[in-house]
Amino acid sequence: MGQIVLEQVTKSFGEVTVIPPLDLTIKDGEFTVFVGPSGCGKSTLLRLIAGLEDVSSGEIRIDGRPSASIPPAKRGLAMVFQSYALYPHMTVRKNIAFPLRMAGLDRAEQDRRVEQAAAVLNLTDYLDRRPGQLSGGQRQRVAIGRAIVREPAAFLFDEPLSNLDAALRVGMRLEISELHNRLKTTMIYVTHDQVEAMTMADKIVVLRAGHIEQVGSPLELYRAPRNLFVAGFIGSPKMNLIEGAEAAKHNATTIGIRPEHISISAEDGRWSGVVGVSEHLGSDTFFHVHKTGLAESITVRADGEVGFKHGDPIHMTPRADMIHRFDDKGLRIA
Amino acid sequence: MARSVTTQRKSFNTLIAWIIGLLLFFPILWTILTSFKTEAQAIADPPVWFFFDWTLENYRVVQERSNYSRFLWNSIIIAGGSTILGMIIAIPAAWSMAFVPSRRTKDILLWMLSTKMLPAVGVLYPIYLIFIQFGLLDTRVGLTIVLMLINLPIMIWMLYTYFKEIPGEILEAARMDGAGLKEEILYVLTPMAIPGIASTILLNIILAWNEAFWTLNLTAARAAPLTAFIASYSSPEGLFYAKLSAASTMAIAPILILGWFSQKQLVRGLTFGAVK
Repeated sequence: MGQIVLEQVTKSFGEVTVIPPLDLTIKDGEFTVFVGPSGCGKSTLLRLIAGLEDVSSGEIRIDGRPSASIPPAKRGLAMVFQSYALYPHMTVRKNIAFPLRMAGLDRAEQDRRVEQAAAVLNLTDYLDRRPGQLSGGQRQRVAIGRAIVREPAAFLFDEPLSNLDAALRVGMRLEISELHNRLKTTMIYVTHDQVEAMTMADKIVVLRAGHIEQVGSPLELYRAPRNLFVAGFIGSPKMNLIEGAEAAKHNATTIGIRPEHISISAEDGRWSGVVGVSEHLGSDTFFHVHKTGLAESITVRADGEVGFKHGDPIHMTPRADMIHRFDDKGLRIA
Repeated sequence: MARSVTTQRKSFNTLIAWIIGLLLFFPILWTILTSFKTEAQAIADPPVWFFFDWTLENYRVVQERSNYSRFLWNSIIIAGGSTILGMIIAIPAAWSMAFVPSRRTKDILLWMLSTKMLPAVGVLYPIYLIFIQFGLLDTRVGLTIVLMLINLPIMIWMLYTYFKEIPGEILEAARMDGAGLKEEILYVLTPMAIPGIASTILLNIILAWNEAFWTLNLTAARAAPLTAFIASYSSPEGLFYAKLSAASTMAIAPILILGWFSQKQLVRGLTFGAVK
């Protein structure tokens, strides 16, 4: 079991309030991602759940038990750190066995579980090496191994992939998702990368300045962002936000349209402009269109082979049913 | 052209380094040389350098007149004991200052260091009285405690700078892995800080071994270490330079050998944090 409930939780460091009162329920077995720009309090929130920081007020309940007086060691949670935080003086085997040793398991059981975890994570050949002799991806796997052997109530991941190169990151992302599918254990994952959030999460919690901006599944957030912040944060490239007369036509202060919901044409369309930079990804091409009179730049997605060049005139038509409307407070108009 | 300048520069630096090294080492070298001379040669003017009648006579006399091994044993107990006792206090102290600092930690560290600036003689009288009160005068226990106390600030400072270099996340990981405070210090922090702890121990043994002010003032016969052994040969009457040198050589030999074998550790320890 691994249900985690936060009730009116606050955290301040001295005079500075990092987390204003916050409520959140993370269901057992759910993969929850905390996402937000740096400094939004997402890591602090994770550390509060871990017990590495004390809450200033409010309550965190893990499986119904108030956790205030439970030290991190006894919360039954496992954490994977951004820096991996492996014990440099221990072999991989001892690193992974460490939580078991602390739990007082006998050697045979320790060995059995370590071998099992190593097999799952492709670490069997490296068990007798030290962390210093491993690559970044392998170290990351050792850190995950150390977390899974103790069969925790929940896993906490603190930006675990940000020290890896792009290719490895995609691979590890899949591995963690698969791990979750297999173990069905609660996972809380902190990242500033909305792509990681979108691809891995059952539930995304978007944070800004300690406030929860929106909670929902990746597609809910993509389809119906509750406000301008979420609209701009979720989705890549960013949603185009247009103010002024064009927005007023839709009875809104601001309207948003995602790059993938605009069709382009050389002949005609609702909006027109001039192609600026084009980014060719092979499968897709993103055109940054200037001189539209709508916003400084409008991003549109097209097929990879569409041949607009820098300086070409271009016409764009947004899909009417995909226009998001926001009021003067930046909130979504249903 | 540039290359030859660098070579010249290098040889110049090497030369300077050797000169400074020899200058610093000269008193010790001279003491060792003198210890093999006769008393007359020891004070000869002009001084004799290497061409004299090498003799072990001084060592024989010193060994005969005083019980070297007893002084040596006292030195070992006092230096070793104060170091062990000091580490037991310094490791947890440095741990808490490095990993759970409060607003006053920096002040406490500075205050501790400031006690080293106090002239030792300023507290001699009170300490002497305390020693009389508790019957600690001329005991190894008393001396061990005093030497531990004087070197404690340095031990804590050294360990503190070492511990500061250990990433806090690793200790947090240990906490998440179920380690209590004891396990965290024993299985994670200490093994990672072994180089730092080793050089702190070494430096402290050397400092305690060479400590003369307190050892001379608080001991008489029973607990007197090697510093007192040397001092007993510096008599104002008679020609005893050669014997004094022999005694000194015997006193510094153990620590010199220890220092020689551990010089790498020591240099690393003393410059830790300063160079990367």
